[in-house]
Amino acid sequence: MDWDWDFVRQIMPTLIQGVKITILATVLGSILAAIVGLAIALARRSENRAVSRSVGWFAEFIRGTPLLVQLYFIFYVLPDIGILLPPLVAGVIGLGLHYGTYTAEVYRAGIDNVPRGQWEAAKACNLNGRHTWTHIILPQAIPPMIPALANYFIAMFKETPLLSAITVLELMNQAKSVANSYYRYIEPMTLVGAFFLVISLCSVVLLRWLEHRYGRIER
Amino acid sequence: MTQWSGYLGLILQGALVTIELTLMGSVLALIMAFLAGMGRVSRFLVVRAVSTTYIEFFRGTSIFVQLFWAYFVLPFAGLSLTPLQAGVLALGLNVGAYAAEVVRGAILSIGREQYEACTALNLSRWQGMRHVILPQALLVMLPTFGNNAIELLKATSVVSLISLADLTFEAQVVRSQTGSTLMPFLSVLIIYFALALVISWGVRTLERRMARGLDGVRV
Repeated sequence: MDWDWDFVRQIMPTLIQGVKITILATVLGSILAAIVGLAIALARRSENRAVSRSVGWFAEFIRGTPLLVQLYFIFYVLPDIGILLPPLVAGVIGLGLHYGTYTAEVYRAGIDNVPRGQWEAAKACNLNGRHTWTHIILPQAIPPMIPALANYFIAMFKETPLLSAITVLELMNQAKSVANSYYRYIEPMTLVGAFFLVISLCSVVLLRWLEHRYGRIER
Repeated sequence: MTQWSGYLGLILQGALVTIELTLMGSVLALIMAFLAGMGRVSRFLVVRAVSTTYIEFFRGTSIFVQLFWAYFVLPFAGLSLTPLQAGVLALGLNVGAYAAEVVRGAILSIGREQYEACTALNLSRWQGMRHVILPQALLVMLPTFGNNAIELLKATSVVSLISLADLTFEAQVVRSQTGSTLMPFLSVLIIYFALALVISWGVRTLERRMARGLDGVRV
């Protein structure tokens, strides 16, 4: 067990390639999760029983099953019915869908927290459904949600190594490939761990700031 | 048709491994959660610092990285683990860190007057914890523990990547042997979901049973 700095210097460029993909997957996944979550939250409030029930069940199912199996499902089953996706796209869809079911709960709580009076005032001002949402409800509901949403995006970031299982060349996969070709596991694996640790420690600071800035603590 | 039943048997074997991992991981997670969670509210700075470091470290790096580290790097330090041991260790320590925050939060949620009553009755810190605080805090922790157990169940799928023959691994085996993709992955998703339902049902039952006799004590 000896740490070799020369080896670290040698593998660094490869790992940085992986970091780029990891960050790209996180950003795209977060955007998708934010959209999917809102869609699920709105669908669950739908007047139509069939829609709200089935979307609710679907979200519950996704939340109760592992992301890894969902990734396999997207990556292996969809091509059989004619939908061929590049690994990164499949991975982003998997991340976005999985975390979308979590962010949906954040949206739900945020929307429920808008006081009834706001809905009534919107009706009194004769706003239609779309205007009520875009001008009254969402602008008030979204800022308090931001810290909770950020929390899930950080959690998603920590799950991106799973994409290596469907051959996305992100950080973990690059680390595995250099480890396998030189048969040295200590440096690559430890560097990956250190990278995730540093980012999540930084994100703790960011979260504190977000909570301070947006989170109105009601307690 | 006989073929399918054979493959189904394979998947059920995987399910047993998944259940075994979930149970063993949960026990380790529970132990770590109470050690670290109570450590964080300790009087001694050293104990607090150690617990905080443990929690931040294991929450900051992802389960996947920890598992690979335990399986590939520890052997270089002279500690060879079987896949099952590495899996239980990584899962237990990781989920334990999340659950430790639940323990801490629940202990802090117990009202001041309860602590004052302990002092008034001349109970030692440990006696107060054991007979007054924890019995009440346990009920607060239970629902979140249920969620943590489901997260642990979902995280077990990752051990398939270090060649432990769990549910996800067997699904991959069936896929590579039959070329069929929908059957193995869909059945595995359904089994995971069923296991998650069993956990949430079990936690709800336990909660009802523990809440008995506490009516009017807690809101």
